[in-house]
Amino acid sequence: MRLDLVPRGRRSALSAALSPALAFLAAVLVGGIAVALMGVSPAAAFTVYFVAPLSDLWSLQEIALKAAPLALIATGLAFCYRANLWNIGAEGQFVVGGLAGGIIAIATHGTEGATFWILPAMLLTGTLAGLAYAMIPALLRVKLGVSEILTSLMLVYVAELLLDYMARGPLRDPAGYNFPQSVTFDDAARLPYLMEGDTLHAGVLVALAAVLLAALVLGRSLFGFEMRLVGASPRAARFAGFGEARLTLMAFAISGGAAGLAGIVEVAGKIGQLQPTISPGYGFTAIIVAFLGRLSPVGILLAALVIAVTTIGGEAAQIDLRLPLDLTRAFQGLLLGLVLAADVFTRFKVRLVPGAAR
Amino acid sequence: MASEAGPLFGAYGIVKRFGAFTANDHIDLEIRAGEIHALLGENGAGKSTLMKILYGLLEPTEGVVTHRGETVRLGSPEAARRLGIGMVFQHFSLCENLTVAENIALVMERGLSRADLARRIAALGDTYGLHLEPDRPVWSLSAGERQRIEIVRCLLQDPKLVILDEPTSVLTPGEAEVLFTVLERLRDEGRALLYISHRLDEVRRLCARATILRAGKVVGACDPRAESAASLAAMMVGEEVREVAAAPGAAAGPERLRLDRLSLPAPRLHATALRDITLAIRGGEILGIAGIAGNGQAELFAALSGETTVPAEAVRIDGEPAGHLGINARRRLGAAFVPEERNGHAAAPGLSLSDNIVLSRHATAPLTRFGLVRRAAARALAASVSTAFDVRKAGPDPAAGTLSGGNLQKFVVGREILAEPGLLVVDQPTWGVDAAAAARIRQALIDLAARGSAVLVISQDLDELFEIAGRIAVLHGGSLSPPVARAETSREAVGLLMGGAGTSSETAHAA
Repeated sequence: MRLDLVPRGRRSALSAALSPALAFLAAVLVGGIAVALMGVSPAAAFTVYFVAPLSDLWSLQEIALKAAPLALIATGLAFCYRANLWNIGAEGQFVVGGLAGGIIAIATHGTEGATFWILPAMLLTGTLAGLAYAMIPALLRVKLGVSEILTSLMLVYVAELLLDYMARGPLRDPAGYNFPQSVTFDDAARLPYLMEGDTLHAGVLVALAAVLLAALVLGRSLFGFEMRLVGASPRAARFAGFGEARLTLMAFAISGGAAGLAGIVEVAGKIGQLQPTISPGYGFTAIIVAFLGRLSPVGILLAALVIAVTTIGGEAAQIDLRLPLDLTRAFQGLLLGLVLAADVFTRFKVRLVPGAAR
Repeated sequence: MASEAGPLFGAYGIVKRFGAFTANDHIDLEIRAGEIHALLGENGAGKSTLMKILYGLLEPTEGVVTHRGETVRLGSPEAARRLGIGMVFQHFSLCENLTVAENIALVMERGLSRADLARRIAALGDTYGLHLEPDRPVWSLSAGERQRIEIVRCLLQDPKLVILDEPTSVLTPGEAEVLFTVLERLRDEGRALLYISHRLDEVRRLCARATILRAGKVVGACDPRAESAASLAAMMVGEEVREVAAAPGAAAGPERLRLDRLSLPAPRLHATALRDITLAIRGGEILGIAGIAGNGQAELFAALSGETTVPAEAVRIDGEPAGHLGINARRRLGAAFVPEERNGHAAAPGLSLSDNIVLSRHATAPLTRFGLVRRAAARALAASVSTAFDVRKAGPDPAAGTLSGGNLQKFVVGREILAEPGLLVVDQPTWGVDAAAAARIRQALIDLAARGSAVLVISQDLDELFEIAGRIAVLHGGSLSPPVARAETSREAVGLLMGGAGTSSETAHAA
């Protein structure tokens, strides 16, 4: 017996839309079984994970705040992944962006007079720093043929340790009782809140705007066409006159810039100071988000929301049901695996072929 | 051969479906010992599917295969080989870095000593005139020698039925003659041969029986020796194939392309270096470059298209130095290009036809505005290419990969011709394309030249070149022979050059 994957002639739009939904259902079922085996009622877990977060204003805001950086980073990564470039280092680009932008906030701490330029300068610096940091693996690949997977991943640790050193050392608040953190940013260096007295800040709008812009660029522009073509058929892309080196640099610039922007948005929005760590792994989770969203900006926005819901729900489950955080992580991984598997089933039929076992 | 009551192998009622598509529709085929049986049909007629079923690579949806009247199951190529079925593939499955003997040892039973293997290879070589040097690495061999390895590999299994898929497509006329002698000898030994080809002259020469497929069905059986090439083609296509109108003679237009001592080191291991290629083409003429695959065609095409850049003066388009320019800059100078490989080079199979229009026309046609693709304009252009070249497709703007080979090739050629290029470079314009589509493409090339463009056709198909080209040059080992007017040369003379005979004195009288 062997299994054959037979390509389906046409991929229906319905099955393409349904397959992630079915994958989500299957993941919930498997997750439910796991929860039951841990001695917790699956129904209660479902409520805590998926219903409660969506039925209260505070957690809705938290979901938006979690989803925004994920969507922003994943949208940038979509440019790379569509062109078959594997930037695994968004986490590092996020950290460097937050650090570089944060330095401006710290340097201008207590400035009197015109301060309107500080926030835009921080956002710009964060974006450019993420971009520049992503250029390291991109240039190494273009000039020397070094695998961007390894270099971008290793640079994550460099960035994390750099931030750790800076927050504990040069950037530490001198009046902060030796706590390893910087001064709290001035209001001029903070993203404004959208509603008085709430946690939702303007960074959510930045992410939304970036997703819409990316949808336009990827879907309609010649540059987006280049990205798709390089991923689909590199030789045809050369025939189209699209240079591989330029495209590699552009894709890394976009994804690095998006991650850097997400980093400074997180620092200037939610955190408000520099700390030894500023990311709960957004840069890695965004890889999952990018593929859950099938590398399309709108899909990525939905996927970011789903992942944010499970993360917020997972935190509640830790408290209310004493379920470990690892369960949430396992669930997110399971979801990605099932979505990718469902993708295979929409493109291929599985056939059992008797005999001819080898 | 005597005493053959029934067929050696039979296939009855063979149906093979891929989803909704029926590739083989109730096909009956009988192959007798001691005959060379031709399997004829256009691309997409179902020849390859049937062949793969007989070699155990595919299992039929319905129908049975028999061996000496008994039903057999061919679950795998091993099972087919055990029954004595061997196959010589069109695309060689050889490891370039291994020697001849090592490549052969790969398919033999384990535990065979090198000396034994060498002895058996030598014995076969003596019997059939298939001489091989066991210790030569494969990369150093010509296509004809590589095919010899495939044939020897097959014969070492002592097969009763040998399936040959387009065996002469990579051979020079001289090499083909050697192959025919071997095949006739195998037939006389009482083996059965299933010969798949679209070269009708060969089929008429070699085969006593032919089965003709069209759209997955058997549409006829005949004795090809009693038919003409035209009547065979008509049976395959189901309509009379249009004759191509006469090719233009000498050109009097301005010089459109000049290559001046174009040299290029081999881009990779096992690739061919180009040596001092000098050539000029005027508007209104079609120049053909003949040659066996792997003699620098791909490298020459890349240097012409700008996918590989060369010194500026080495390539001039309409007098402008262009060697240093990329492909889009050369397109802006009025050049257009059709590479050999449709899928993945000329077109991206997963993208729609309108996207594939953007692929090669974005620099020269008004397809973008403010960096955004004008999708309506791209769709309109795709539609006019489809109409002008009779591209048959499912739906208004399907993925390029869903088109049959002939239709996609018409689309790719039409896409460039509708740009009215001053210079068109085409690599293998009708490779693997059915007769009707091939005739249409050749006619379009002739018409383009008649409108004043220069057309450079790189082709392995001598019949094609003698049909459309005004002058013919031969590419061998990365060197180009001086072009000769079609009227002043012959297939035999060009065939000799393709085999490498023309490096010195032979060309003197022709030039």
